Amino acid sequence: MIQKFIQYVQSYLDSNQTPGAAGNIFWAVVYVLLVFVGLSIAVICMNWLERKILAHMQVRLGPMRVGPHGLLQPIADAIKLLLKEDIIPAEADKVVFWVAPFIVVLAAFTVFVVVPFGPTHAITDMNIGILFMLGVSSLAVLGIVTAGWASNSHYPLIGALRSSAQMVSYEVAMGLAVVSAIMMTSLNESSTGTLSMIGIVQAQLAQHEWFLFKFFPLGIIAFGIFAIAMVAETNRAPFDLPEAESELTAGFHTEYSGFRWSLFFLAEYSAMIAVSSIAVTLWLGGWLRPFPNALSGPTWDLAFSLIPGLTFLFLAGMCFYSTVRMPKHPLFRIQTIGLGGFGIVLLLIGLVLFIPAVRVRVSDIFWFSAKVAGFMYLYIWYRGTFPRYRFDQLMKVGWKILLPTGLALLIVTAIWAMRSAVWADVVVPIWLAFLDLLRRIF
Amino acid sequence: MNPSVATNPPVATPFFFYGLAAVMVIGGILVITRKNAVHSALALITTLLAQAALYLMLYAPFVAGVQIILYAGGIMVLFLFVIMLISIERASKERQFNKQCLVGIAAAAALGGLLIAVFTTTSKGQMMFAEGPTSYVESQNTQAVAGFLFDRSTGMYMFSFEIASLLLLVAIIGAVVMAKKRI
Amino acid sequence: MDAMLHISTLHYLVLGAALFLLGVIGVLTRRNVVIVLMSIELILNAVNLNLVAFSRYWQSIHGPGALHGQIFAIFVITDAAAEAAVGLGILIAFFRNKETVNVDEVNLLKW
Repeated sequence: MIQKFIQYVQSYLDSNQTPGAAGNIFWAVVYVLLVFVGLSIAVICMNWLERKILAHMQVRLGPMRVGPHGLLQPIADAIKLLLKEDIIPAEADKVVFWVAPFIVVLAAFTVFVVVPFGPTHAITDMNIGILFMLGVSSLAVLGIVTAGWASNSHYPLIGALRSSAQMVSYEVAMGLAVVSAIMMTSLNESSTGTLSMIGIVQAQLAQHEWFLFKFFPLGIIAFGIFAIAMVAETNRAPFDLPEAESELTAGFHTEYSGFRWSLFFLAEYSAMIAVSSIAVTLWLGGWLRPFPNALSGPTWDLAFSLIPGLTFLFLAGMCFYSTVRMPKHPLFRIQTIGLGGFGIVLLLIGLVLFIPAVRVRVSDIFWFSAKVAGFMYLYIWYRGTFPRYRFDQLMKVGWKILLPTGLALLIVTAIWAMRSAVWADVVVPIWLAFLDLLRRIF
Repeated sequence: MNPSVATNPPVATPFFFYGLAAVMVIGGILVITRKNAVHSALALITTLLAQAALYLMLYAPFVAGVQIILYAGGIMVLFLFVIMLISIERASKERQFNKQCLVGIAAAAALGGLLIAVFTTTSKGQMMFAEGPTSYVESQNTQAVAGFLFDRSTGMYMFSFEIASLLLLVAIIGAVVMAKKRI
Repeated sequence: MDAMLHISTLHYLVLGAALFLLGVIGVLTRRNVVIVLMSIELILNAVNLNLVAFSRYWQSIHGPGALHGQIFAIFVITDAAAEAAVGLGILIAFFRNKETVNVDEVNLLKW
């Protein structure tokens, strides 16, 4: 019985398709649950990381009381939110008020169906992967608009209309940057371009170059446009006027409290992870380790595959260092033991990641998650550094700066990518026809 | 890359088809019977998303993606903005069906009878639209659509594509002119 | 019962016809102009469903490259977007004049 189960797991792990493409419902459901759990854990970690990193950037300490170094703070917040009273405004439209957070959560979670954590580690690989992600993440606008409308109050309505206008404006710039990256996938020797997320990363592998560095500086400008637009798309600093506390008393989710507000919070962080996944897949090479072709060979492969384990060992070392430096007072005994235990867990995970069988399978997921984590750090860094844009400045940046730049970039990338065909089929015949015309006149 | 789905459709297809069809029909009924226009808009969004799922079942992923982006994520946002702009709570408390509703119901009943007659009288015992035996390929759909629209050798819809872009330009100018306060 | 379990083109056509009928009822009987416009979108979606279902039927006969129905459906969606934008623009202009959204009151040209 156990043997058959292990055989079943082994036969699945050796397949070379995503579960959706193979039609395997059981594994697809397992992956869906894994993504769901992983996202929830990621959002909880993001909450803690944001508060601590912002605090350290502002030369203070952040939450230190709830667990050792505030590690249990997000759990305390979650329990508080779940136990809060559920208040609905008196004249609010109850059905729409109830439905709005679910639309936003639906939009934020459904995009993870096509996010590629590895060549076969996606729930499915749709032929229209990137189009699906852009489309479903645009459904969040509907949820925000209905949330603001259903609250039947001025600040949420203004916040919702501003927030949705901002998201719609920056979606256009995002789409243009995405298209100019997709055009680079068609430059393989044998294949046409592809919209599938796994296909995009495989195109980067086949062309031996991350699209970030392709056609320098066109790839970097496209990445820059997308990086700015994705921060505005998720309503994060410095584009967070619609939900800034000093401006609009929390914008479209003012009237939401308790569990409903936590749904908006969950959706916002999941949307951040989703657009970061798009950026990582399109420009930063997805699950590929750094320098897959420049530094290749068995020794470099071995060195890079040790990095996941070393990362966890480093984190365990930091935990032990903080444990040693905890105050030596009886009241801190439980926290010290807790932190030491957490350090031991991280150490064990790091040691497990050194086993070769585990190393091979985990390295794709690790590199993808590491790159997305880098983007999350960038988000927190922006929040701690930049002042907020005023709303008209925000719309000006979206329409008057990013959109023309995106269009110009698209045209230049298209011409440069097809430059031989453009020269031979467009420029040369026109020039020859012009010379012919001159010859006939004179 | 990834090979196509098998030639036999998966066994869950009747379940998903009837479920999505029920969602669509109930959404349609809610659209035409709700007093509150925001409720109608939300029901229409549900119908459009269920239709995108049906397109996926029909091995048309590109049309499904276009439906989600344009229809559910663009047109319905436009509808919701306009509903909120003209703030028709007063209208939701008045009578909901117009003066010609009886004639309208009679005309719709005649249309329904016509459709039922078409579906029941032309297939005397044999299957309408019997399908041939071929496999459906999902993994190259976008490339095939792009081939129809843009390819030099197989593209037969290039002119329609350009006309459609001209139509969209005209629609943009028309909408801006119609909604301006002073021309 | 067996015929109902194997989903064929006919099933999609019946569903499309049902949605079309619902849209026609909405256009002919509702008083609120915005809901009339939404019923028109329902009609266009029913037509799109028919087109894509027939595209699959055509693919089963003429090979997997016969995607004409899907291309037609893409153009219909584009046209629906253009028409919704212009229709809502007209609605806003009308509302600015008469402060109402009833179709019964669009009768200035009536003799």
